[in-house]
Amino acid sequence: MPPPSLSAPFLEGLARGELRYQRCADCDAPQTLARYACRQCGGTRLVWRTAAGLGTVYAVTVVARAPSEEFRALAPYTLAIVELDEGPRLMGHAAPGVAIGDRVHAGYFTFGGHTLVRFAAGA
Amino acid sequence: MKTACIAGAGNTAFGRHEGRGPLDLMAEAAGRALDDAGLKRSQIDGVLCGYATTLPHLMLSTLFCERFSVQPAYAHSVQLGGATGGAMLMLARELVRAGRCTNVLVVAGENRLTGQARDSSIQTLAQVGDADFEVPNGASVPAYYALLASRYMFETGLTEPDLAEFAVLMRTNAARHPDAHLKETITRASVLASKPIAAPLKLLDCCPISDGAMALVVSAEPRRSPRVALAGAGQGHRHQHLTAIADTTNYGARDAAARAFAESGLGLADIDYLAIYDSFTITLAILLEEIGFAPRGGSADRVRKGDFLPGGPLPLNTHGGLLSFGHCGVAGGMGHAVEAYRQLAGRADDRQTGVRRRAFVHADGGVMSSHVSLILARED
Repeated sequence: MPPPSLSAPFLEGLARGELRYQRCADCDAPQTLARYACRQCGGTRLVWRTAAGLGTVYAVTVVARAPSEEFRALAPYTLAIVELDEGPRLMGHAAPGVAIGDRVHAGYFTFGGHTLVRFAAGA
Repeated sequence: MKTACIAGAGNTAFGRHEGRGPLDLMAEAAGRALDDAGLKRSQIDGVLCGYATTLPHLMLSTLFCERFSVQPAYAHSVQLGGATGGAMLMLARELVRAGRCTNVLVVAGENRLTGQARDSSIQTLAQVGDADFEVPNGASVPAYYALLASRYMFETGLTEPDLAEFAVLMRTNAARHPDAHLKETITRASVLASKPIAAPLKLLDCCPISDGAMALVVSAEPRRSPRVALAGAGQGHRHQHLTAIADTTNYGARDAAARAFAESGLGLADIDYLAIYDSFTITLAILLEEIGFAPRGGSADRVRKGDFLPGGPLPLNTHGGLLSFGHCGVAGGMGHAVEAYRQLAGRADDRQTGVRRRAFVHADGGVMSSHVSLILARED
Protein backbone atom coordinates (compact mmCIF):
# COMPACT_ATOMS: atom_id res chain seq x y z
CA MET A 1 0.00 0.00 0.00
CA PRO A 2 1.36 3.44 -0.86
CA PRO A 3 1.41 5.85 2.09
CA PRO A 4 -1.55 8.25 2.24
CA SER A 5 -1.12 11.32 0.09
CA LEU A 6 -0.64 14.77 1.61
CA SER A 7 -3.89 15.55 -0.23
CA ALA A 8 -5.86 12.75 1.49
CA PRO A 9 -8.18 15.17 3.39
CA PHE A 10 -9.01 16.89 0.09
CA LEU A 11 -9.79 13.56 -1.60
CA GLU A 12 -11.87 12.35 1.36
CA GLY A 13 -13.77 15.64 1.27
CA LEU A 14 -14.52 15.26 -2.43
CA ALA A 15 -15.97 11.79 -1.83
CA ARG A 16 -18.35 13.39 0.70
CA GLY A 17 -19.25 16.33 -1.53
CA GLU A 18 -17.07 18.87 0.30
CA LEU A 19 -14.28 21.14 -0.90
CA ARG A 20 -11.48 21.06 1.65
CA TYR A 21 -8.43 23.30 1.67
CA GLN A 22 -5.57 24.17 4.00
CA ARG A 23 -5.35 27.41 5.98
CA CYS A 24 -2.33 28.58 7.96
CA ALA A 25 -2.97 28.63 11.71
CA ASP A 26 -0.26 31.28 12.12
CA CYS A 27 -0.98 33.89 9.43
CA ASP A 28 -4.43 32.73 8.23
CA ALA A 29 -3.31 32.50 4.55
CA PRO A 30 -5.36 30.06 2.44
CA GLN A 31 -3.30 27.50 0.48
CA THR A 32 -3.75 26.30 -3.09
CA LEU A 33 -3.10 22.54 -3.54
CA ALA A 34 -1.59 20.70 -0.55
CA ARG A 35 1.55 21.91 1.21
CA TYR A 36 3.88 21.08 4.09
CA ALA A 37 4.39 24.76 4.88
CA CYS A 38 2.52 28.01 4.37
CA ARG A 39 3.34 29.73 1.06
CA GLN A 40 3.11 33.12 2.79
CA CYS A 41 4.87 32.76 6.17
CA GLY A 42 6.48 29.32 6.04
CA GLY A 43 4.60 28.16 9.14
CA THR A 44 3.91 24.46 9.33
CA ARG A 45 0.62 24.54 11.26
CA LEU A 46 -1.72 24.06 8.30
CA VAL A 47 -5.31 23.18 9.16
CA TRP A 48 -7.84 21.64 6.77
CA ARG A 49 -11.08 23.64 6.43
CA THR A 50 -14.19 23.22 4.29
CA ALA A 51 -15.03 25.84 1.65
CA ALA A 52 -18.61 26.82 0.82
CA GLY A 53 -18.11 25.81 -2.83
CA LEU A 54 -18.66 29.28 -4.28
CA GLY A 55 -16.14 31.11 -6.41
CA THR A 56 -15.16 33.07 -9.51
CA VAL A 57 -13.79 31.61 -12.76
CA TYR A 58 -10.08 32.50 -13.09
CA ALA A 59 -9.18 30.53 -16.25
CA VAL A 60 -11.09 28.28 -18.64
CA THR A 61 -10.55 25.90 -21.57
CA VAL A 62 -12.51 23.42 -23.65
CA VAL A 63 -10.57 20.18 -24.07
CA ALA A 64 -11.21 18.65 -27.50
CA ARG A 65 -8.24 16.25 -27.55
CA ALA A 66 -8.63 14.11 -24.41
CA PRO A 67 -5.50 12.42 -23.02
CA SER A 68 -7.03 8.94 -22.69
CA GLU A 69 -9.68 6.63 -24.14
CA GLU A 70 -11.69 7.05 -20.95
CA PHE A 71 -11.88 10.84 -21.25
CA ARG A 72 -12.46 10.72 -25.02
CA ALA A 73 -16.00 9.57 -24.17
CA LEU A 74 -16.51 12.87 -22.37
CA ALA A 75 -14.84 15.21 -24.91
CA PRO A 76 -15.27 18.03 -25.58
CA TYR A 77 -15.33 19.05 -21.92
CA THR A 78 -14.79 22.34 -20.15
CA LEU A 79 -12.06 22.69 -17.50
CA ALA A 80 -11.72 25.74 -15.31
CA ILE A 81 -9.57 27.11 -12.53
CA VAL A 82 -11.86 28.72 -9.98
CA GLU A 83 -10.80 31.10 -7.24
CA LEU A 84 -12.89 30.03 -4.25
CA ASP A 85 -14.34 32.78 -2.08
CA GLU A 86 -12.12 31.54 0.77
CA GLY A 87 -9.01 32.23 -1.35
CA PRO A 88 -7.54 29.01 -2.77
CA ARG A 89 -7.67 28.18 -6.49
CA LEU A 90 -8.99 24.83 -7.66
CA MET A 91 -9.11 23.07 -11.04
CA GLY A 92 -12.35 21.34 -11.95
CA HIS A 93 -14.76 20.58 -14.74
CA ALA A 94 -17.24 23.32 -15.57
CA ALA A 95 -20.49 23.81 -17.41
CA PRO A 96 -20.06 24.65 -21.11
CA GLY A 97 -19.97 28.37 -21.79
CA VAL A 98 -18.64 29.62 -18.45
CA ALA A 99 -16.27 32.55 -18.86
CA ILE A 100 -13.52 34.21 -16.81
CA GLY A 101 -15.10 36.37 -14.11
CA ASP A 102 -18.32 34.31 -13.92
CA ARG A 103 -19.64 33.40 -10.47
CA VAL A 104 -19.95 29.61 -10.06
CA HIS A 105 -20.80 26.96 -7.50
CA ALA A 106 -19.34 23.49 -7.10
CA GLY A 107 -21.17 20.25 -7.86
CA TYR A 108 -19.76 16.72 -8.00
CA PHE A 109 -19.73 13.72 -10.31
CA THR A 110 -17.99 10.37 -10.36
CA PHE A 111 -15.73 9.50 -13.31
CA GLY A 112 -13.06 6.86 -13.73
CA GLY A 113 -13.19 5.92 -10.05
CA HIS A 114 -12.64 9.53 -8.88
CA THR A 115 -15.09 12.06 -7.52
CA LEU A 116 -14.58 15.19 -9.58
CA VAL A 117 -15.77 18.75 -9.16
CA ARG A 118 -18.00 20.33 -11.75
CA PHE A 119 -18.62 24.06 -11.45
CA ALA A 120 -21.88 25.53 -12.74
CA ALA A 121 -22.98 29.13 -13.20
CA GLY A 122 -24.61 30.97 -10.31
CA ALA A 123 -23.58 31.55 -6.73
CA MET B 1 37.61 31.48 -12.70
CA LYS B 2 38.05 29.99 -16.16
CA THR B 3 35.77 30.97 -19.04
CA ALA B 4 33.41 28.24 -20.22
CA CYS B 5 32.83 28.14 -23.97
CA ILE B 6 30.78 26.02 -26.30
CA ALA B 7 33.33 24.04 -28.27
CA GLY B 8 31.07 22.10 -30.62
CA ALA B 9 27.54 20.94 -31.38
CA GLY B 10 25.85 17.99 -33.03
CA ASN B 11 22.35 16.80 -33.75
CA THR B 12 20.34 14.15 -35.50
CA ALA B 13 17.49 15.10 -37.77
CA PHE B 14 14.20 15.43 -35.86
CA GLY B 15 11.15 13.47 -36.96
CA ARG B 16 10.63 9.71 -37.24
CA HIS B 17 13.54 7.39 -36.43
CA GLU B 18 11.71 4.07 -36.55
CA GLY B 19 13.57 1.32 -34.69
CA ARG B 20 16.13 3.58 -33.01
CA GLY B 21 16.26 4.08 -29.23
CA PRO B 22 17.40 6.99 -27.05
CA LEU B 23 21.00 5.72 -26.79
CA ASP B 24 21.26 5.25 -30.57
CA LEU B 25 20.14 8.83 -31.14
CA MET B 26 22.31 10.25 -28.32
CA ALA B 27 25.38 8.47 -29.69
CA GLU B 28 24.84 9.95 -33.15
CA ALA B 29 24.45 13.51 -31.85
CA ALA B 30 27.35 13.15 -29.38
CA GLY B 31 29.65 11.73 -32.05
CA ARG B 32 28.93 14.71 -34.26
CA ALA B 33 29.49 17.17 -31.40
CA LEU B 34 32.89 15.63 -30.65
CA ASP B 35 33.88 15.79 -34.32
CA ASP B 36 32.67 19.38 -34.46
CA ALA B 37 34.72 20.28 -31.38
CA GLY B 38 37.78 18.43 -32.66
CA LEU B 39 37.93 16.28 -29.51
CA LYS B 40 38.69 12.62 -28.95
CA ARG B 41 36.59 10.50 -26.60
CA SER B 42 39.48 10.36 -24.13
CA GLN B 43 39.38 14.15 -23.77
CA ILE B 44 35.83 14.17 -22.39
CA ASP B 45 36.08 14.39 -18.59
CA GLY B 46 32.47 15.29 -17.82
CA VAL B 47 29.15 13.95 -19.12
CA LEU B 48 25.72 15.38 -18.37
CA CYS B 49 22.70 13.79 -19.96
CA GLY B 50 18.96 14.29 -19.87
CA TYR B 51 16.27 11.72 -19.22
CA ALA B 52 14.22 9.77 -21.74
CA THR B 53 10.58 8.87 -21.02
CA THR B 54 11.05 5.85 -23.30
CA LEU B 55 14.08 4.64 -21.29
CA PRO B 56 13.52 5.36 -17.60
CA HIS B 57 16.91 4.00 -16.48
CA LEU B 58 18.35 4.76 -13.03
CA MET B 59 21.75 5.73 -14.44
CA LEU B 60 21.28 6.92 -17.99
CA SER B 61 24.54 8.90 -17.98
CA THR B 62 26.84 5.98 -17.21
CA LEU B 63 24.79 3.63 -19.39
CA PHE B 64 25.43 6.06 -22.22
CA CYS B 65 29.10 6.47 -21.28
CA GLU B 66 29.70 2.72 -21.40
CA ARG B 67 28.10 2.28 -24.81
CA PHE B 68 29.74 5.44 -26.16
CA SER B 69 33.10 4.40 -24.66
CA VAL B 70 33.94 7.43 -22.56
CA GLN B 71 35.20 7.29 -18.98
CA PRO B 72 34.59 10.72 -17.47
CA ALA B 73 35.63 12.00 -14.04
CA TYR B 74 32.14 13.45 -13.50
CA ALA B 75 28.75 12.20 -14.78
CA HIS B 76 25.06 12.16 -13.99
CA SER B 77 21.71 12.86 -15.53
CA VAL B 78 19.49 15.88 -14.89
CA GLN B 79 15.69 16.16 -14.76
CA LEU B 80 13.98 19.52 -15.08
CA GLY B 81 11.39 18.96 -17.80
CA GLY B 82 11.84 21.27 -20.78
CA ALA B 83 14.41 23.30 -18.85
CA THR B 84 16.75 20.30 -18.52
CA GLY B 85 18.97 21.30 -21.44
CA GLY B 86 19.40 24.80 -20.09
CA ALA B 87 20.12 23.47 -16.61
CA MET B 88 22.74 21.04 -17.97
CA LEU B 89 24.50 23.81 -19.88
CA MET B 90 24.46 26.00 -16.77
CA LEU B 91 25.96 23.18 -14.71
CA ALA B 92 28.53 22.33 -17.39
CA ARG B 93 29.56 25.97 -17.32
CA GLU B 94 30.01 25.85 -13.54
CA LEU B 95 32.05 22.63 -13.75
CA VAL B 96 34.37 24.21 -16.29
CA ARG B 97 34.65 27.56 -14.54
CA ALA B 98 35.51 25.88 -11.25
CA GLY B 99 38.18 23.76 -12.89
CA ARG B 100 36.42 20.49 -12.09
CA CYS B 101 36.21 19.54 -15.78
CA THR B 102 37.84 20.67 -19.02
CA ASN B 103 35.47 19.23 -21.62
CA VAL B 104 31.88 18.44 -20.64
CA LEU B 105 29.65 16.58 -23.08
CA VAL B 106 25.99 17.59 -22.68
CA VAL B 107 23.68 15.20 -24.52
CA ALA B 108 20.05 14.16 -24.73
CA GLY B 109 17.91 12.13 -27.11
CA GLU B 110 14.68 10.23 -27.22
CA ASN B 111 12.44 8.25 -29.57
CA ARG B 112 9.42 9.96 -28.07
CA LEU B 113 7.41 9.67 -31.31
CA THR B 114 8.02 6.09 -32.42
CA GLY B 115 9.06 4.55 -29.08
CA GLN B 116 5.60 4.59 -27.49
CA ALA B 117 1.91 5.07 -28.28
CA ARG B 118 0.85 8.72 -28.60
CA ASP B 119 -1.63 8.37 -25.70
CA SER B 120 1.14 6.95 -23.52
CA SER B 121 3.40 9.90 -24.31
CA ILE B 122 0.62 12.42 -23.61
CA GLN B 123 -0.25 10.73 -20.30
CA THR B 124 3.37 10.60 -19.15
CA LEU B 125 3.76 14.31 -19.82
CA ALA B 126 0.44 15.14 -18.09
CA GLN B 127 2.03 13.95 -14.82
CA VAL B 128 3.75 17.33 -14.46
CA GLY B 129 0.28 18.26 -13.16
CA ASP B 130 -0.78 17.64 -9.56
CA ALA B 131 -1.65 13.95 -9.16
CA ASP B 132 -4.63 14.58 -6.86
CA PHE B 133 -5.92 18.04 -7.80
CA GLU B 134 -5.27 18.33 -11.55
CA VAL B 135 -4.49 15.12 -13.46
CA PRO B 136 -7.71 13.23 -12.46
CA ASN B 137 -9.75 15.87 -14.32
CA GLY B 138 -8.54 14.54 -17.67
CA ALA B 139 -6.08 17.38 -18.04
CA SER B 140 -3.03 17.23 -20.30
CA VAL B 141 -0.08 19.52 -20.94
CA PRO B 142 -1.96 21.32 -23.75
CA ALA B 143 -4.91 21.79 -21.37
CA TYR B 144 -2.63 23.27 -18.69
CA TYR B 145 -1.15 25.72 -21.19
CA ALA B 146 -4.62 26.47 -22.57
CA LEU B 147 -5.82 27.44 -19.09
CA LEU B 148 -2.70 29.54 -18.65
CA ALA B 149 -3.31 31.13 -22.07
CA SER B 150 -6.94 31.96 -21.28
CA ARG B 151 -5.92 33.98 -18.24
CA TYR B 152 -2.91 35.63 -19.88
CA MET B 153 -4.96 36.65 -22.93
CA PHE B 154 -7.73 37.96 -20.66
CA GLU B 155 -5.24 40.15 -18.83
CA THR B 156 -3.12 41.37 -21.75
CA GLY B 157 -5.46 41.42 -24.76
CA LEU B 158 -3.28 38.97 -26.72
CA THR B 159 -5.48 37.20 -29.33
CA GLU B 160 -5.60 33.87 -31.20
CA PRO B 161 -4.51 35.57 -34.46
CA ASP B 162 -1.58 37.00 -32.48
CA LEU B 163 -0.54 33.49 -31.43
CA ALA B 164 -0.84 32.26 -35.02
CA GLU B 165 1.96 34.66 -36.02
CA PHE B 166 4.44 32.64 -33.97
CA ALA B 167 3.38 29.33 -35.50
CA VAL B 168 3.91 30.72 -39.00
CA LEU B 169 7.29 32.27 -38.11
CA MET B 170 8.61 29.00 -36.62
CA ARG B 171 7.43 27.01 -39.65
CA THR B 172 9.05 29.46 -42.06
CA ASN B 173 12.32 29.14 -40.15
CA ALA B 174 12.13 25.34 -40.03
CA ALA B 175 11.72 25.20 -43.80
CA ARG B 176 15.33 26.46 -44.08
CA HIS B 177 16.77 23.73 -41.84
CA PRO B 178 17.51 20.34 -43.44
CA ASP B 179 16.97 18.51 -40.12
CA ALA B 180 13.60 20.00 -39.07
CA HIS B 181 10.59 17.76 -38.45
CA LEU B 182 7.83 19.95 -39.94
CA LYS B 183 8.46 21.99 -43.10
CA GLU B 184 5.13 22.05 -44.90
CA THR B 185 4.01 25.67 -45.41
CA ILE B 186 1.34 26.99 -43.06
CA THR B 187 -0.48 30.33 -43.01
CA ARG B 188 -2.19 32.39 -40.32
CA ALA B 189 -5.51 31.16 -41.72
CA SER B 190 -4.49 27.51 -41.60
CA VAL B 191 -3.26 27.88 -38.02
CA LEU B 192 -6.58 29.41 -36.99
CA ALA B 193 -8.47 26.68 -38.88
CA SER B 194 -6.43 23.78 -37.47
CA LYS B 195 -8.28 21.34 -35.28
CA PRO B 196 -9.04 22.36 -31.71
CA ILE B 197 -6.89 20.74 -28.99
CA ALA B 198 -7.72 22.78 -25.87
CA ALA B 199 -9.19 26.22 -26.51
CA PRO B 200 -7.66 28.68 -27.31
CA LEU B 201 -4.88 26.31 -28.51
CA LYS B 202 -5.28 24.52 -31.82
CA LEU B 203 -3.10 21.81 -33.35
CA LEU B 204 -0.71 24.29 -34.99
CA ASP B 205 -0.28 26.20 -31.70
CA CYS B 206 1.25 23.00 -30.26
CA CYS B 207 4.67 21.49 -30.90
CA PRO B 208 4.80 18.02 -32.47
CA ILE B 209 6.16 14.91 -30.71
CA SER B 210 9.41 13.91 -32.43
CA ASP B 211 12.37 11.54 -32.28
CA GLY B 212 15.83 13.09 -32.16
CA ALA B 213 18.93 14.04 -30.21
CA MET B 214 21.16 17.06 -29.55
CA ALA B 215 24.63 17.40 -28.04
CA LEU B 216 26.95 20.24 -27.08
CA VAL B 217 30.48 20.28 -25.68
CA VAL B 218 31.23 22.92 -23.02
CA SER B 219 34.95 23.47 -22.69
CA ALA B 220 37.70 25.55 -21.11
CA GLU B 221 39.79 25.10 -24.25
CA PRO B 222 37.68 25.53 -27.40
CA ARG B 223 39.62 24.89 -30.63
CA ARG B 224 37.48 26.93 -32.96
CA SER B 225 37.49 30.66 -33.56
CA PRO B 226 35.58 32.85 -32.83
CA ARG B 227 35.01 31.57 -29.30
CA VAL B 228 31.41 31.43 -28.02
CA ALA B 229 31.39 31.89 -24.25
CA LEU B 230 28.65 31.07 -21.79
CA ALA B 231 28.71 34.58 -20.33
CA GLY B 232 25.88 34.33 -17.83
CA ALA B 233 23.28 31.98 -16.44
CA GLY B 234 20.36 32.12 -14.05
CA GLN B 235 17.38 30.12 -12.87
CA GLY B 236 13.95 30.81 -11.39
CA HIS B 237 11.52 28.35 -9.77
CA ARG B 238 8.33 29.79 -8.33
CA HIS B 239 5.86 26.88 -8.56
CA GLN B 240 5.42 23.39 -9.99
CA HIS B 241 1.72 23.30 -10.76
CA LEU B 242 -0.45 25.53 -12.89
CA THR B 243 -3.03 26.04 -10.15
CA ALA B 244 -0.34 27.30 -7.76
CA ILE B 245 0.76 30.16 -10.01
CA ALA B 246 0.31 33.29 -7.91
CA ASP B 247 1.54 36.03 -10.24
CA THR B 248 0.87 36.08 -14.00
CA THR B 249 3.39 38.90 -14.43
CA ASN B 250 6.27 36.76 -13.16
CA TYR B 251 6.18 33.03 -13.80
CA GLY B 252 9.88 32.88 -12.93
CA ALA B 253 11.31 33.74 -16.37
CA ARG B 254 12.00 37.30 -15.28
CA ASP B 255 13.89 36.07 -12.20
CA ALA B 256 16.05 33.73 -14.28
CA ALA B 257 16.74 36.37 -16.94
CA ALA B 258 17.63 39.05 -14.37
CA ARG B 259 20.14 36.70 -12.73
CA ALA B 260 21.73 35.80 -16.07
CA PHE B 261 21.96 39.42 -17.17
CA ALA B 262 23.43 40.52 -13.86
CA GLU B 263 26.09 37.85 -14.04
CA SER B 264 27.07 38.68 -17.61
CA GLY B 265 27.06 42.44 -17.10
CA LEU B 266 24.84 42.70 -20.19
CA GLY B 267 21.29 43.95 -20.69
CA LEU B 268 18.34 43.41 -23.04
CA ALA B 269 19.70 46.00 -25.49
CA ASP B 270 22.96 44.05 -25.93
CA ILE B 271 21.18 40.96 -27.27
CA ASP B 272 21.07 40.38 -31.04
CA TYR B 273 19.80 36.77 -31.23
CA LEU B 274 16.94 35.04 -29.37
CA ALA B 275 16.61 31.34 -28.55
CA ILE B 276 13.35 31.03 -26.62
CA TYR B 277 11.46 27.90 -25.57
CA ASP B 278 8.26 27.46 -27.57
CA SER B 279 6.36 24.32 -26.55
CA PHE B 280 3.22 26.23 -27.54
CA THR B 281 2.72 29.57 -29.28
CA ILE B 282 1.52 31.02 -25.97
CA THR B 283 4.75 29.92 -24.26
CA LEU B 284 6.82 31.93 -26.72
CA ALA B 285 4.59 35.02 -26.46
CA ILE B 286 4.60 35.02 -22.65
CA LEU B 287 8.36 34.47 -22.36
CA LEU B 288 9.19 37.28 -24.81
CA GLU B 289 6.89 39.64 -22.93
CA GLU B 290 7.86 38.65 -19.40
CA ILE B 291 11.59 38.83 -20.08
CA GLY B 292 11.12 42.21 -21.75
CA PHE B 293 11.77 41.61 -25.46
CA ALA B 294 8.23 42.90 -26.15
CA PRO B 295 5.67 44.87 -24.17
CA ARG B 296 2.76 43.04 -22.48
CA GLY B 297 0.40 41.83 -25.19
CA GLY B 298 2.74 43.25 -27.83
CA SER B 299 4.94 40.32 -28.87
CA ALA B 300 2.91 39.54 -32.01
CA ASP B 301 3.22 43.15 -33.14
CA ARG B 302 6.97 42.66 -33.20
CA VAL B 303 6.50 39.52 -35.30
CA ARG B 304 4.28 41.45 -37.73
CA LYS B 305 6.90 44.20 -37.98
CA GLY B 306 9.47 41.59 -38.96
CA ASP B 307 11.68 42.18 -35.92
CA PHE B 308 12.11 38.45 -35.23
CA LEU B 309 12.74 37.41 -38.86
CA PRO B 310 16.19 36.05 -39.76
CA GLY B 311 16.95 39.41 -41.39
CA GLY B 312 15.50 41.47 -38.54
CA PRO B 313 17.19 42.99 -35.51
CA LEU B 314 16.37 40.02 -33.21
CA PRO B 315 16.25 36.74 -35.13
CA LEU B 316 14.26 34.19 -33.11
CA ASN B 317 14.72 30.39 -33.17
CA THR B 318 16.09 30.27 -36.72
CA HIS B 319 16.02 26.46 -36.58
CA GLY B 320 12.22 26.48 -36.26
CA GLY B 321 11.88 25.92 -32.51
CA LEU B 322 9.93 23.19 -30.84
CA LEU B 323 6.88 24.24 -32.86
CA SER B 324 8.41 23.13 -36.17
CA PHE B 325 11.97 21.79 -35.76
CA GLY B 326 10.30 19.42 -33.31
CA HIS B 327 10.15 18.29 -29.71
CA CYS B 328 11.58 15.01 -28.49
CA GLY B 329 11.91 16.03 -24.83
CA VAL B 330 15.21 17.22 -23.40
CA ALA B 331 16.91 17.42 -26.80
CA GLY B 332 14.07 19.57 -28.15
CA GLY B 333 14.84 22.10 -25.45
CA MET B 334 18.56 21.98 -26.35
CA GLY B 335 17.87 22.77 -30.00
CA HIS B 336 17.53 26.47 -29.29
CA ALA B 337 20.98 26.64 -27.67
CA VAL B 338 22.56 24.57 -30.45
CA GLU B 339 21.21 26.99 -33.07
CA ALA B 340 22.25 30.03 -31.00
CA TYR B 341 25.78 28.63 -30.79
CA ARG B 342 25.89 28.06 -34.55
CA GLN B 343 24.63 31.59 -35.27
CA LEU B 344 27.22 33.18 -32.97
CA ALA B 345 29.99 30.97 -34.34
CA GLY B 346 29.00 32.00 -37.88
CA ARG B 347 28.35 28.40 -38.81
CA ALA B 348 24.59 28.27 -39.38
CA ASP B 349 25.00 27.47 -43.11
CA ASP B 350 22.20 28.91 -45.27
CA ARG B 351 20.44 30.18 -42.15
CA GLN B 352 23.32 32.40 -41.04
CA THR B 353 21.88 35.79 -40.08
CA GLY B 354 25.02 37.88 -40.57
CA VAL B 355 27.30 38.46 -37.60
CA ARG B 356 25.53 37.73 -34.29
CA ARG B 357 27.39 38.48 -31.08
CA ARG B 358 25.13 37.96 -28.09
CA ALA B 359 22.36 35.42 -27.76
CA PHE B 360 19.77 35.12 -25.03
CA VAL B 361 18.67 31.51 -24.49
CA HIS B 362 15.67 30.61 -22.32
CA ALA B 363 14.05 27.30 -21.46
CA ASP B 364 11.06 26.47 -19.29
CA GLY B 365 9.93 23.16 -17.80
CA GLY B 366 6.55 21.98 -16.57
CA VAL B 367 3.85 24.64 -16.83
CA MET B 368 6.11 27.71 -16.82
CA SER B 369 7.44 26.07 -13.64
CA SER B 370 11.22 25.95 -13.98
CA HIS B 371 13.19 28.57 -15.85
CA VAL B 372 16.78 28.69 -17.04
CA SER B 373 18.32 31.65 -18.89
CA LEU B 374 21.73 31.60 -20.55
CA ILE B 375 23.67 34.34 -22.28
CA LEU B 376 26.05 33.35 -25.07
CA ALA B 377 28.69 35.81 -26.21
CA ARG B 378 30.91 35.68 -29.28
CA GLU B 379 34.49 36.59 -28.47
CA ASP B 380 36.57 37.53 -31.53
